[in-house]
Amino acid sequence: MKGSDIILEALKKEGVSTIFGYPGGVVIPLFDALYHDRELRVILNRHEQAAVHAADGFARSTGKVGVALVTSGPGATNTITGIATAKLDSVPIVVISGQVKNDFIGTDGFQEVDMSGLTRPVCKHSYLVSDIRDLGRVFKEAFYIAQSGRPGPVSIDIPTDVITASMRNYQYPDKVELPGYKPTIAGNPRQIKKLAHEIQNAEKPLFYTGGGIVASGAEKELLEIVELTNIPFVSTLMGLGSAPADHPLFLGMPGMHGRYAANHAMMQCDLLIAVGARFDDRVTGDISRFAPNALIAHIDIDPAEIGKNVHTEIPVVGDAKHVLSSLKLLLKHRESNGWCKAVLKWKEETPLAYRQKENEVSAPQYVIESISRLADEDAVIATDVGQHQMFAALYYKHRKPRSFLSSGGLGTMGFGLPAAMGAAVANPEKQIIAICGDGGFQMNIQELTTCALNNIPVKAAVLNNEYLGMVRQWQDIFWNKHYSKVCLRQRSDCPPNCKGPNSQCPEKYFPDFVKVAEANGVKGLRAETKEQVESVLKESFAHPGPVVMEFLVRKEENVYPMVPAGKAIDEILMGDERVLI
Amino acid sequence: MKEKHTIRMKVVNTVGVMARITGLISQRGYNIDNIIASPSEDPNIYTVHLVLTETEEKIEQISKQLNKLVDVIKVTDISHNKNYIVREFIMVKISSNKNRSDLLQLIELFEAKMLDLAAHYLVVSMTGSPRKIRRFLEAVHPFGIMELDRSGEFAVKDV
Ligand SMILES: Cc1cc2nc3c(=O)[nH]c(=O)nc-3n(C[C@H](O)[C@H](O)[C@H](O)COP(=O)(O)OP(=O)(O)OC[C@H]3O[C@@H](n4cnc5c(N)ncnc54)[C@H](O)[C@@H]3O)c2cc1C
Ligand SMILES: Cc1ncc(C[n+]2csc(CCOP(=O)(O)OP(=O)(O)O)c2C)c(N)n1
Repeated sequence: MKGSDIILEALKKEGVSTIFGYPGGVVIPLFDALYHDRELRVILNRHEQAAVHAADGFARSTGKVGVALVTSGPGATNTITGIATAKLDSVPIVVISGQVKNDFIGTDGFQEVDMSGLTRPVCKHSYLVSDIRDLGRVFKEAFYIAQSGRPGPVSIDIPTDVITASMRNYQYPDKVELPGYKPTIAGNPRQIKKLAHEIQNAEKPLFYTGGGIVASGAEKELLEIVELTNIPFVSTLMGLGSAPADHPLFLGMPGMHGRYAANHAMMQCDLLIAVGARFDDRVTGDISRFAPNALIAHIDIDPAEIGKNVHTEIPVVGDAKHVLSSLKLLLKHRESNGWCKAVLKWKEETPLAYRQKENEVSAPQYVIESISRLADEDAVIATDVGQHQMFAALYYKHRKPRSFLSSGGLGTMGFGLPAAMGAAVANPEKQIIAICGDGGFQMNIQELTTCALNNIPVKAAVLNNEYLGMVRQWQDIFWNKHYSKVCLRQRSDCPPNCKGPNSQCPEKYFPDFVKVAEANGVKGLRAETKEQVESVLKESFAHPGPVVMEFLVRKEENVYPMVPAGKAIDEILMGDERVLI
Repeated sequence: MKEKHTIRMKVVNTVGVMARITGLISQRGYNIDNIIASPSEDPNIYTVHLVLTETEEKIEQISKQLNKLVDVIKVTDISHNKNYIVREFIMVKISSNKNRSDLLQLIELFEAKMLDLAAHYLVVSMTGSPRKIRRFLEAVHPFGIMELDRSGEFAVKDV
């Protein structure tokens, strides 16, 4: 059997149906095998970074492994941002890259780069397969490693002579043997018992849930426990959707742009039960002042996460779904107590609010609320990075897990459109909406063509504030409005010390997103005022193919609540620049 | 408090496993005091000994991170573990210009092995526990250490 056939068979045995890819010299033999293949769908992206984000969106929206295939050298280096994005958010993908011939490795051959070296710090595991006899085993291991334990990206680098080589008596292995890799699934019963005991006795308990709930598929177990015990809960950006946003015990997202009630509950609880959440600094704020009165319990499949950032009294290493099911058996009904009522009251008293006048340009929050109102119940949202991402986290009514895809850990601009594309390919029956800023949208805007040609019906909402809004917000609040290189309308003859939109501003904004859409074979729509938002959304959702919806939004809107970097998370700016404590 | 810790690992002998280990440690901002890798009784399994000077918490974190590497089978911090016999091998070139007889006496006392005896210096080797090596080096320090080579510490489990 040929190396290329071994690879295709391995992919099929692993249940792969779609590959996002880009060809080049050393992988021509593999693309040649794909040319003759009738089962695997290969989508030709327009940039390798986008191919990896698409594989990532495919994986986030389904829980299955996403696959990207690229050539050596520049093809390989172009994947790095995508791989790091998947690593920081624990997303299972396999990235296959071609490599120069074995004989040329180490000679600075044409388009040679040390892919397994480059990916080492940004992936869960990496392989260089220098012998065809290892090929089957490596694929088996790679898929297993990517999706088991704490999921993550795996890189497989294959010299071109291994792709063209042949071997006899080949069989795809049916199991893996990895003595150094044995994820713990069931939690330690003693710790779980201890945790149950603390839960039963705590005065002010709080669940802090994260991406691990989604990865584990533990949303049902989570809801059963919070409802049984009447314990309020918060969810990180990565966990959004694991509970319906309107669940009565849900306090929303905590952290830098977290809700008042969520942050105050984190600070005042006496028992904090983290489940599949990693105490990221966007969530904890000043760690030395974080949750000062709380006993901390931490359920996580990755032992290295426990005790990494905060001292943990009750560590439980294991899969969230497993551990929560065992925990539930030990818990008894708890009445809603004074604490629970108090935090729910905080939630009620601090609703999100923004300004919106009639017949004016829309507030970005209004656009998100409208999307939320008009989207299908099971729509999947993929965001880019910036203010619109935070507005989407806060104002979208999350309903289902694996329906909010966002680059949280790396914060990769350019993620939204290709990730939505991957989700759309994986879920042809669902409505897929990308929510992007005008900055980040341009970072992978070339993928519109891919959507058009492959009938990938992504509805891309571009919230155009004409700024790199999130950075402008920091300059606005902390840097005395020094709007340094954040204006996307700025030209070389603009005054150097501009502090915001004024009568001298250049007349034209580029690019014209509607024209860009049309030039790519995609429908383009624009809403200039609040009144047009709904009709643009309706028209777009009714259209069978991909659409770009450009929403002009208020230029200098800031995201609130906001906790300035380095502050404790109850030192919240609520929008009128008043610090609420 | 920062302290010297010796970490002993069993790893699968794959291409790049040492690069993964050293890469991970530098990526997390730690410095390696010394590292030795050598085949074990099983040629597919290597033993790696790694010495780091760090706080207890950081050592715990780095041990967990090392354990996560797919090729790493086992990580043990043996610093305060009585179940291990720890040894280091050194070779040292010492100036013998002053008090040559005192120096010779020390070498005998510590049971170090004379490898070469030249007019102005001598070369000895010694195997010993980390403590013995430290004491010996302290003792010969005043004579003038001209060159020192150390294997780094390694250990075997004694239960
Ligand atoms: C501009 C910007 C602003 C941001 N602001 C905020 C903010 O205000 N609030 C906020 O919450 N985030 C915010 N983020 C995101 C933030 O940076 C982190 O990505 C996020 O908080 C991490 O979420 P998490 O703790 O759920 O961990 P994830 O990165 O989702 O990690 C999942 C955790 O679950 C564990 N796990 C995985 N699988 C399982 C399993 N099967 N069982 C048990 N455990 C498992 C993993 O080991 C890991 O510890 C922001 C990001 C950006 C770009
Ligand atoms: C690749 C990359 N480069 C730079 C940044 C830093 N950054 C974070 S948010 C942001 C602004 C995003 O602007 P835009 O896409 O217009 O979205 P908005 O914040 O206006 O909603 C920038 C530059 C980043 N996160 N990713």
